[in-house]
Amino acid sequence: MQDFLEFFSFTDANIRYVTLGSVLLAASSAVVGCFTLLRKRALVGDAVAHAVLPGVCLAFILSGTKNPFILLIGAFVTGWLSLVVIDYITSRSRIKEDTAIGLVLSVFFGIGILLLTAIQQTGNAAQSGLDKFLFGSAASLIGEDLIAFGVVAVLLLVAVVLFYKELTLLCFDQAYARTIGFPVRGLELLLTTLTVFAVVVGIQAVGVVLMAAMLITPAAAARFWTEDLKVMLVLAALIGAFSGIAGAFVSYTAPSMPTGPWIVLIVSMIAILSFALAPGRGWVARILRQRRNKTRILEENLLKLLYQLGELRQDYGSARSLDELLERRNIPKQEALSGLQKLKRQGYLQKENQRWLLTPEGEKRGRRVVRLHRLWELYLTQYLHLASDHVHEDAETIEHIITPELEQRLIEELNYPDLDPHSARIP
Amino acid sequence: MILQVDNPVVEVHDLTVSYDRKPVLWGIDLTLPAGALVGVIGPNGAGKSTLIKAMMNLLPVSSGYVRIFDQPLKQVYSRISYVPQRESVDWDFPASVFDVVLMGRYGQLGLFKRPRKADQDAAMEALEKVGMQSFANRQISQLSGGQQQRVFLARALAQNADVYFMDEPFAGVDIATETAIIQLLRLMRDEGKTVIVVHHDLQSASEYFDWVVLLNMRLVASGPTEQVLNQELLEQTYGGKLTLLSKVGDLLRKQEFPAREKS
Repeated sequence: MQDFLEFFSFTDANIRYVTLGSVLLAASSAVVGCFTLLRKRALVGDAVAHAVLPGVCLAFILSGTKNPFILLIGAFVTGWLSLVVIDYITSRSRIKEDTAIGLVLSVFFGIGILLLTAIQQTGNAAQSGLDKFLFGSAASLIGEDLIAFGVVAVLLLVAVVLFYKELTLLCFDQAYARTIGFPVRGLELLLTTLTVFAVVVGIQAVGVVLMAAMLITPAAAARFWTEDLKVMLVLAALIGAFSGIAGAFVSYTAPSMPTGPWIVLIVSMIAILSFALAPGRGWVARILRQRRNKTRILEENLLKLLYQLGELRQDYGSARSLDELLERRNIPKQEALSGLQKLKRQGYLQKENQRWLLTPEGEKRGRRVVRLHRLWELYLTQYLHLASDHVHEDAETIEHIITPELEQRLIEELNYPDLDPHSARIP
Repeated sequence: MILQVDNPVVEVHDLTVSYDRKPVLWGIDLTLPAGALVGVIGPNGAGKSTLIKAMMNLLPVSSGYVRIFDQPLKQVYSRISYVPQRESVDWDFPASVFDVVLMGRYGQLGLFKRPRKADQDAAMEALEKVGMQSFANRQISQLSGGQQQRVFLARALAQNADVYFMDEPFAGVDIATETAIIQLLRLMRDEGKTVIVVHHDLQSASEYFDWVVLLNMRLVASGPTEQVLNQELLEQTYGGKLTLLSKVGDLLRKQEFPAREKS
């Protein structure tokens, strides 16, 4: 708690910088990641992330310093090279893209680890801290590093805003973009470069191994909440930023802890919650929808039963007992009872001495279900030429989902019929 | 029966297109007149879509060239419009119907510029022409096949082009959409636009088009519909695959031969 207060009061300048840096990095890579995701190049991001490691090591070996700009350039070069190699392999051989990505990722990463081990064994004092590129360390985002990475992150955001229209079209319909004269090759190059930069700036905080999660997961989570690309970009940035802050906090309170895995865990939690809770697309929404459908089916079946009983006895005005209802249709007693009570609350039924009676509204609704059932049976026999003894089951479900507009069209297409295929009157 | 016209809108000269070295279109020589509603017709795998894509410079060609208004494609982007196959994009993309139609204005706008009010008006007008104005704010993931096709058509209309290339606009759409589209295409032709349509249904072809291109890996016929759609030419197009032709194509691929000695 002490740590928490200390961190989030932001009194320490270092904390402010580290937080600012993490937020910038995470948000910018999340925004670029949206386009990578929509272009279905998520795996490519992973390959680039792993491929920057040899670049960082080479830059260090050649320059002998940990100057962030030089390391950035090294990372950029090998990251970019990996993409060129993937493209080359895919277009010039029979190897498919997923295989090419797998190959390039492991080869580049292997070389990177090799170089890193070699550097560590030289005993060069300046090398300490290079291994942080593996799993990230947000707390080391200070001074020169912060400026270098921060500037690139801001440039990324500016580029996305500037090229929003072009990148969107590229991701949605590349062929069309070319036919209106857009420089598609150039735009592809731009998006590739943005992706590489996003990875390069992110590795300081997250590390190469888990960087792909920073690129893709916020975008995937954001996609669940919205159907609007602009909103998706903002949401992804916010999700990224939040996990960035969380990562910085962890890195600050437990400096020996690698930041990357923490950030990835947090952003993955957000993603899982999004999958579960998002309106419309999420699991919870789906379960609720199914339950609503189930109650609706139960209620309409009860109203239908009461109406049919009235039809049978030519008397809609008298009350029926529960047993009378269950005789005609097998519904679990408890379920039927709670359904009846709910219908009573809604004003579709009245209760008289433990017996149930349709109100005028209930009768209307029951009649409609019966009508739809019979109309649909008629439609199936007339238009699909199904045998009349095969249509009942189908109509049992369809009767609950037909909208008033469809009902009108059914009636018109069937030419205002009187009788269903079983010669029952259509009410 | 290959009729060449003077002052063609589209000129295809000795066009050969290969996939993985195997030619799928052999030496197409074709000219199309202005203000015509042209149907490109042939069996599955005849290379109809390939021809359109090669015309739009979306595929590398092994030989030959395409000229539109007697200019290379690069000079006339603003005068042409392409309607890709509906399945060629992922309709689960986070965009509204209006967003997609507005893309039709991007060519005129050029890079960096945001769509202006006038572009929005043009997009709305295009949506009205295809009867989709009430769907402007609908998410594209919620559209039916026919509605998707109308949206693509509206996007092309928003371009205000002179020549339209459409890849299977009638594939998998409901009858109401098909009727609406063909009416629209006729309207465009009457305004002097040239519309080139890849079509797979022979039945409706004679009714829809006033110029027909019969294609089956090579050009079988090109001319006014009533002269082209006859028994003999249709048999040449649909009857019996040219097995020798595809065998030679397979050889080219296996031996990694270029389709032309010099490219």
